[in-house]
Amino acid sequence: MATAAVVAEREHYLNKEYGIRSWLLTTDHKRIALLYLISITFFFFVGGFFALLIRLELLTPAGDLVQADTYNKLFSMHGQVMIFFFLIPSIPAVLGNFLVPLMIGAKDLAFPRINLLSWYLYMIAGLIYIHCIVTGGVDTGWTFYTPFSTAFSNTRVIEAGIAIFVAGFSSILTGLNFVVTIHRMRAPGMTWSRLPLFIWAHYATSIIQLLGTPVLAITLLLVVFERAFNLGIFDPTRGGDPLLFQHLFWFYSHPAVYIMILPAMAVESEVVACFTRKRIFGYNFVAMSSIAIAVFGFLVWAHHMFVAGISLYAALVFSILSYLVAVPSAIKVFNWTATMYKGSISFTTPMLYAFGFIGLFTMGGLTGLFLACLGIDVHVHDTYFIIAHFHYIMVGGAVMGYLGGLHFWWPKISGRMYPEAWGRLAAMLVFVGFNLTFFPQFILGYMGMPRRYWQYPPEFQVLNVLSTAGSTVLAVGYVLPMVYFLWSMRYGKIAEDNPWGAAGLEWKTSSPPPTFNFDEEPEVTWEAYNYEQIPAPAEVPVER
Amino acid sequence: MSDSPVAVEQHGPELLHHFVDAEQQRDAASLGMWLFLATEIMFFGGMFCAYLIYRFWYYNEFAAGSRSLDIWLGTINTAVLICSSLTVALGVRAAQMGKRKLLVILLLLTIVFGFAFLGIKGVEWYDKYKEHHIPGPSFNVDDLVKAYPQIHIDQQHEQIYFSLYFAMTGLHALHMIIGVGIFAFLTYYAWKRRYTPKYYTPIEMGGLYWHFVDIIWIYLFPLLYLIDRKPLR
Amino acid sequence: MSSKFYYTIWIALLCLTVITAAVSFVDLGRFNTVIALVIATFKALLVVLFFMHVKYTSEKLTKTVIVAAIFWLLLLLLLSMADYTTRLLA
Repeated sequence: MATAAVVAEREHYLNKEYGIRSWLLTTDHKRIALLYLISITFFFFVGGFFALLIRLELLTPAGDLVQADTYNKLFSMHGQVMIFFFLIPSIPAVLGNFLVPLMIGAKDLAFPRINLLSWYLYMIAGLIYIHCIVTGGVDTGWTFYTPFSTAFSNTRVIEAGIAIFVAGFSSILTGLNFVVTIHRMRAPGMTWSRLPLFIWAHYATSIIQLLGTPVLAITLLLVVFERAFNLGIFDPTRGGDPLLFQHLFWFYSHPAVYIMILPAMAVESEVVACFTRKRIFGYNFVAMSSIAIAVFGFLVWAHHMFVAGISLYAALVFSILSYLVAVPSAIKVFNWTATMYKGSISFTTPMLYAFGFIGLFTMGGLTGLFLACLGIDVHVHDTYFIIAHFHYIMVGGAVMGYLGGLHFWWPKISGRMYPEAWGRLAAMLVFVGFNLTFFPQFILGYMGMPRRYWQYPPEFQVLNVLSTAGSTVLAVGYVLPMVYFLWSMRYGKIAEDNPWGAAGLEWKTSSPPPTFNFDEEPEVTWEAYNYEQIPAPAEVPVER
Repeated sequence: MSDSPVAVEQHGPELLHHFVDAEQQRDAASLGMWLFLATEIMFFGGMFCAYLIYRFWYYNEFAAGSRSLDIWLGTINTAVLICSSLTVALGVRAAQMGKRKLLVILLLLTIVFGFAFLGIKGVEWYDKYKEHHIPGPSFNVDDLVKAYPQIHIDQQHEQIYFSLYFAMTGLHALHMIIGVGIFAFLTYYAWKRRYTPKYYTPIEMGGLYWHFVDIIWIYLFPLLYLIDRKPLR
Repeated sequence: MSSKFYYTIWIALLCLTVITAAVSFVDLGRFNTVIALVIATFKALLVVLFFMHVKYTSEKLTKTVIVAAIFWLLLLLLLSMADYTTRLLA
């Protein structure tokens, strides 16, 4: 058993070097992951702050907290911060960066300096966006629709566009690094069919980042040029087509949602396998489904434009394709569930998040199928139904995946255990708070409450109050892990190499790992999820 | 393990520590560069999409705008880039064969061709400026309206053609400038004997980038300059 | 590869450039565009296969990346056009 004194002597990636230069100039993927962890947590709270103001305003039917123009800025910046500066990087940049080399038995990513460049691009983008916020913000909706964004908005559209353009390159470089690493740097014996499903899902995510993000980049560039030089490409009064902007924008932004959910699915596979102590049911299907989601995800973008003015025939085509894209996601849900059948289940914090993920992602996904139906979409488009749909997936799915993953790999990352009782409490607060916040919004949307409105008819107030109440519970659930993760770095129980008895190469090295990950290059002679060969831990680790 | 004397002997300083061997490093660099070029295809692709749609809608204006470009300068520029691709390919071959002086000369020639292209482009843009074809407050295509009375030309739609012309050739020129910068570095390091037949990966990768920028122009040339040059009745 | 081979490709590319410019002055109706794009694609293939050495690489992954990128670009172009070409029909 490791004592504190022995741990302090053993060299690992955290104590190898001290000082700010060793962090800001690091090329160690694990340190870069922590740099990202700090920055995206900051932006999570910025985006959360905007959400708080939105929910406060919506407590009452009248627009009495902020002015209408301010409200437009609040929902726009909430969306842009949460999507571009929190969700898109979150799991890939934190957990992916940390774990991809470890899981495949490599010493680092293929391009460590480009990895650091990714983080700096993200930080530069973030600073530009913060500057945009404090100098007036942006009110175009997170979607920058033209011609409002190009010709009529009086807010800092160009600055927001440039910030997100730069953040896009951060995302592209991360994806590029992962694909090259997974192809070229697997340890001997680590064949494609022995890869953890976490790697398959991150590979699929990276393909989307590589092929989709450049289109967003050029689109935002065109918006910036249009606005700066008064060009007319998207101006209908001058022969431009606003729908062209929407086609180009959604070509990226729909696959972007798969950038946000696939990594959470990655976490789900690892957590479910560990806490049912079984190989994921249908490994091949889950792996191929990840790739299928990445590919099909590019075929459905115009379902965001059903009522925008596209042709009926195009709408029909995109509607059918949107039904198809649900199939691989459903396959995954079935497989995770089947894994649990006759498994040996432990209700640890990560597993609680995993259960929450399956239920909430399924609800979000199914409501997506409702929206794929043209008739229903005409009724609920631009209402709170849409907001509830995507928050079920993004928050109920992606954020819970992120939190579950953080808890699961916390011992590996920090060498400490978080306090299990508090972890479970926070997970349940998040689950309850989330449902209280967003379920009423399905009803509100169906009843006709439009989105992006700062005042509403009085009959919608009760549901809005419930939603705001839920958001405060949710906020507590989010703050708790921040507190106890920090606490654990000083006072948490020292973690062993493999406290969960989990399969995977990352658990075969020490917690925290040494700078070059493994003392000796691993050679893999076993299949993934070989739980029959790994003894379960005597008890689920709890704090002291 | 990588600090043992035997291991150090086996590779030079250019092998980065996280790679197992030089071949892995080279394969990683190659895959990385091809993936980057794939992202560039999608980056330019967005503008090709905009071009496709507006050419579909405003064929007459696109045709007229295309005629107003100087086909001689466009063709010469295409030839210039093709020559530069030759010097790049020969340069990679020189690096492979360890011919340092030849490599440096070919890299310098590539840069010269690059500047030639940019210079001619500058001349073309200046011509557009003089003709008031640059989108913005002074945009005016009365000259085209008068020149082609047979086709109806809407000035706003014509501005869309020229917006795309400048956006696409501008983005391409930016990539050329970056390419020239990269080749300047490569030339310097080649002069300083950094590249050997065993290690010339940066030359190869720079070459791939340069060829890609050439390919973009190979498509831009017919799409922008050759839309409709048939004799008018 | 011999330098003579590179010069051959170079000459081919220059000839194709002259041809494509010359053909644009001949009235072939809709085919003008088709021919221009076919020639451009042929030129691009010469550059990709020979100057960029794709013909001589044993690495299938490189070819997969290229094909995938072109396929994705065509997705963007063709699915968008599915909207624009059918707007006036309904």
